[in-house]
Amino acid sequence: MDAPPRSRPANRTPTTHSTPSASSASTPAIELRDAYAAMGGRTVWSGVDLSVCPGEFVAVLGSNGSGKSTLLKAILGLVQTAPGAVSVLGGPAGAANREIGYLPQRHGFDSTLPIRGVDLVRLGLDGARWGVPLPFGRGGSGRRGARTRSRERVREVIELVGASAYAERSLGELSGGEQQRILIAQALVRRPRILMLDEPLDSLDLPNQAAVSALVQRICRTENVAVLLVAHDVNPLLSYLDQVIYLAGGRALQGAVQDVITGPKLSELYGVEIEVLRTRDGRLVVVGQPEAPHVHGHRHEQ
Amino acid sequence: MNNPTLTWNLVKDVHELLVYQFMVNALQAGTIVAVMAGVVGWFVVLRRQSFAAHTTAMMSFPGASGAALAGLPTALGYYLACGIAALAIGRSGGASRRGRSGESAAVGVVQVAGLALGFLFLSLYSGVLEQLETLLFGTFLGIDGNQVLTLAIVAVVVLAALLAIGRPLLLSSLDPEAARARGLPVGLFDVGFLLILGLTVAATSQITGALLVFALLVAPPAAAQALTPRPGLSLALSVVFALLVTWLGLGISYFSIYPLGFFVTSFGFALYVAAKLAHRTAAALRRSPRADEPMAATV
Repeated sequence: MDAPPRSRPANRTPTTHSTPSASSASTPAIELRDAYAAMGGRTVWSGVDLSVCPGEFVAVLGSNGSGKSTLLKAILGLVQTAPGAVSVLGGPAGAANREIGYLPQRHGFDSTLPIRGVDLVRLGLDGARWGVPLPFGRGGSGRRGARTRSRERVREVIELVGASAYAERSLGELSGGEQQRILIAQALVRRPRILMLDEPLDSLDLPNQAAVSALVQRICRTENVAVLLVAHDVNPLLSYLDQVIYLAGGRALQGAVQDVITGPKLSELYGVEIEVLRTRDGRLVVVGQPEAPHVHGHRHEQ
Repeated sequence: MNNPTLTWNLVKDVHELLVYQFMVNALQAGTIVAVMAGVVGWFVVLRRQSFAAHTTAMMSFPGASGAALAGLPTALGYYLACGIAALAIGRSGGASRRGRSGESAAVGVVQVAGLALGFLFLSLYSGVLEQLETLLFGTFLGIDGNQVLTLAIVAVVVLAALLAIGRPLLLSSLDPEAARARGLPVGLFDVGFLLILGLTVAATSQITGALLVFALLVAPPAAAQALTPRPGLSLALSVVFALLVTWLGLGISYFSIYPLGFFVTSFGFALYVAAKLAHRTAAALRRSPRADEPMAATV
């Protein structure tokens, strides 16, 4: 793995949630204006303003139950929001899900499944289509062209995430980091304009956390995808991020890392005294944040 | 009929088998069942729903005894009981949108309730439900042409349904969260697949017995999936294994005094053990050369 470029987010102009700098004159891929999300009749967060542009790498942070996954689901149109408050690729939430590559949180994903990585990626491409995924039969000329193209695309995206060496092996035989790359390839295979990853660094060791972060940044830049990555800990991501969205106390704050993850800002968000310490090697330690109960007891939906 | 004996002349043995119409019917029925079980079972094993499959198969007991009590045709009892069980499992599993993780307790409850009802019906029914053993272990005697035809129709329906929803069903079996995000009706697939399973089980257990269906539904696909991670290949292998086990079982039980169920289940079990062993050996062989490398490259 080549050494990741050590471009600190500090040398980027800190953007607030108004329109970003001239680097991308395009409209935001995701925009929330005074949005709220409700699940099971409870408000998870409200008054949220944020925007993510194509080619931007944004981490979604916050303690357990602050509504990070809910944010992704709101963008997918899977949870109730105020009409018009969430705009995705210029339309309402849920209308452009074909353009979103989504990697759900890992629970429920059985890593011992007797299926090859390449099959899982392939299902990302055509899994929602009716019919059967048989490799033989269906020998029509038009279909054959489509099939070759599909195979090409799958190979290409597996190469992009650097998984070519083990894509033909059974998922159960792969390490956590290798599985994560396969899953990212699955989310990417349809050339989405938005990529949303829910805790992809969870359960990875430190070298793999760094490698996957670097990979996501590279994809974000080369494919010009808007990336939202939910994480527990910002530190593995620090040198790759453009912005963070910090969810706490039912509200959200967006901006560059050094603007958002500060004592005063987080204290205001949480409503209690928070201290942010910076270690000598640049890692951030947030001290004093209350755990979930502060927020309306939102857990994963039953 | 004098007792048939197995000789070493295979051609002669098979020829002897096919002289009798009942044996031809049994082979036809067995073949249809094997194909259906090989395909449906492949999804059962992939979706980790063996327990649900087992329960659905068990429901043929209350189905048959209930039908006897109510004076309904036995076949109707099978279809009703298996269908109700599939819906009950599907509904309780679908209620917790966390996928199938919460399913096993619900399945267990359904199974207990079904068996209790079965015993109740049995004790209420004054006559003798003589096929209790047949119900569980199956028989290959007395399958008539109509039954084979019905079985064929059910098989066509089941396979056509799976053919239509195969790919999205595969995605929602492997990765329900991602499937839901893609807008697939995962809950509907869950219930729909259980209904397909119920139909399969109801049709086949009338002829093969509840335990035998279950053996065919689980052992061949589990063996196939242990052998290869290629979905197309393992599906094909699953059908081949189911056919092999069924034909061998039918052939040998014809010449033997022991029941068909015993042979089919034992062959299925042996196949599964052999496949698992092969899988382990292959994995160990693949690992060892890598361990010899001086230093694994960093990821």
